[in-house]
Amino acid sequence: MEIPDNLRYTKEHEWVEFDPKNKTAKIGITEYAQDKLGDIVHIDLPEEGDTFNAHDTFGSVESVKAVSDIYTPISGKVLEVNETVLDGPEMINEDPYSEGWMVMLSVKDTSELESLMDASAYEAYLEELE
Amino acid sequence: MNLKQTPLYEEHQKLGATFVNFAGWEMPIQYKGIVEEHLKVRSAVGLFDVSHMGEIEIHGAGASDFCQKVTCNDITKLKPGKVQYTAILNEDGGMIDDCTVYMFHPEHFMFVINASRKENVLNWLYMQQVDQVEIRDRSQDYALIAVQGPESSNIVSDLIARDVQTITYYEFQVCNVFDQAIIVSRTGYTGEDGFEIYIPISIVKNVWKALLELGQSKGIAPIGLGARDTLRLEMGYRLYGNDMSEKTTPLEAGLSWIVDLHKGSFTGHHALKDQLEKSDFAKVRGLVFLEKGIPRPGYEVFENDEKIGFVTSGTYSPTLKKGIALAHIKTKSKIGSIVQVDVRGKKYNAKITKTPFVEGSVKK
Repeated sequence: MEIPDNLRYTKEHEWVEFDPKNKTAKIGITEYAQDKLGDIVHIDLPEEGDTFNAHDTFGSVESVKAVSDIYTPISGKVLEVNETVLDGPEMINEDPYSEGWMVMLSVKDTSELESLMDASAYEAYLEELE
Repeated sequence: MNLKQTPLYEEHQKLGATFVNFAGWEMPIQYKGIVEEHLKVRSAVGLFDVSHMGEIEIHGAGASDFCQKVTCNDITKLKPGKVQYTAILNEDGGMIDDCTVYMFHPEHFMFVINASRKENVLNWLYMQQVDQVEIRDRSQDYALIAVQGPESSNIVSDLIARDVQTITYYEFQVCNVFDQAIIVSRTGYTGEDGFEIYIPISIVKNVWKALLELGQSKGIAPIGLGARDTLRLEMGYRLYGNDMSEKTTPLEAGLSWIVDLHKGSFTGHHALKDQLEKSDFAKVRGLVFLEKGIPRPGYEVFENDEKIGFVTSGTYSPTLKKGIALAHIKTKSKIGSIVQVDVRGKKYNAKITKTPFVEGSVKK
């Protein structure tokens, strides 16, 4: 299972790609999450300009079987929403770490990133789950 | 809890299935993905293990009268070799189960019932048992494989080395395969042309493998319970536990076509007659979403800001690429009227629609 080294992870299987230069972060769900969900057929995402605190629900992702909440791993304001996955949510199944990103935030407090898992910690966490 | 497994469990493992607990059974929910499996059945052919279903035989000189008494459809319309969709009711008209009845001859019938309802059905039948009626639970003896899809008839013909066109919709024949008798029934739960095959446990692995091999050139694939649910919901077929319960009558479930109030007395008859006279009850009806969103069981339904009921089954329709639902709603509104479904705090417009939601290949 793919777990890119350059990302940070949550126990709810979201990933964060932090851009230190612009203090922005892209957020999506992991390969593991999309595999467990199965065919993703609908997602709900926030509007540009919405602000969230870490651990807030910012949307939902629905497979044929079930609906799951998605949480913001870190606090911030929504700069951009990926229109491609709104129109074609199957992109999240196909390419969860790249084309399947969901929202980009301006990061409010970069220290929050420290509380997230790195790739090896997330890998160990997945092994525990299995 | 110890989950039961069907005799095909290892075959599913080899085929890469993911499993789910369904009514105490460890059943494949999917192999490759629900949408892909769903479309496979609509376009070609799929193979389902539904061995968890229960089979109960009714024997004896009183079998015919007994079946007539414990079901709401008219059993006298059945002939040997024919199948009928019906329901077993309690005295209040509530559904103990929905089921199919197979007539072998006037003193031999078979009920095919939901796995989750087996104990309730058996107890209820025993309570109504009379002289000259024998009730036999055969669920342990039969595995059940469904072959469903527009290509299914060729494959089943090859299996039994006989043209299945002599078996028409809701008919069955007893055939011989691997020196054993199997029951080949032209029925299903997908809306596609297809067969349900009752097979002695001892040969079911051979039959499963033979069907996969015979169907290879048609692109046959194993199908899990996930796609079974989306397929049945596209056809508006009710599911016990979602759209039906002991508190729902068949009239409320939108199954008035399986109720015959003129056939004479049967268990639940009075309650249904009373309900029909009052005519003021909530019914299960079809909804199609007009906006992106997916209805799920329990979501509330509104009309002019008034709550009129709730969703009993809901999913994404892989064929229509829209949310579809069955909802238990109280309204006088006609087909085409717009209602709202509360999806996690947001109201979505949906249209009351006739079912089935899509056309299948089934040859009625």
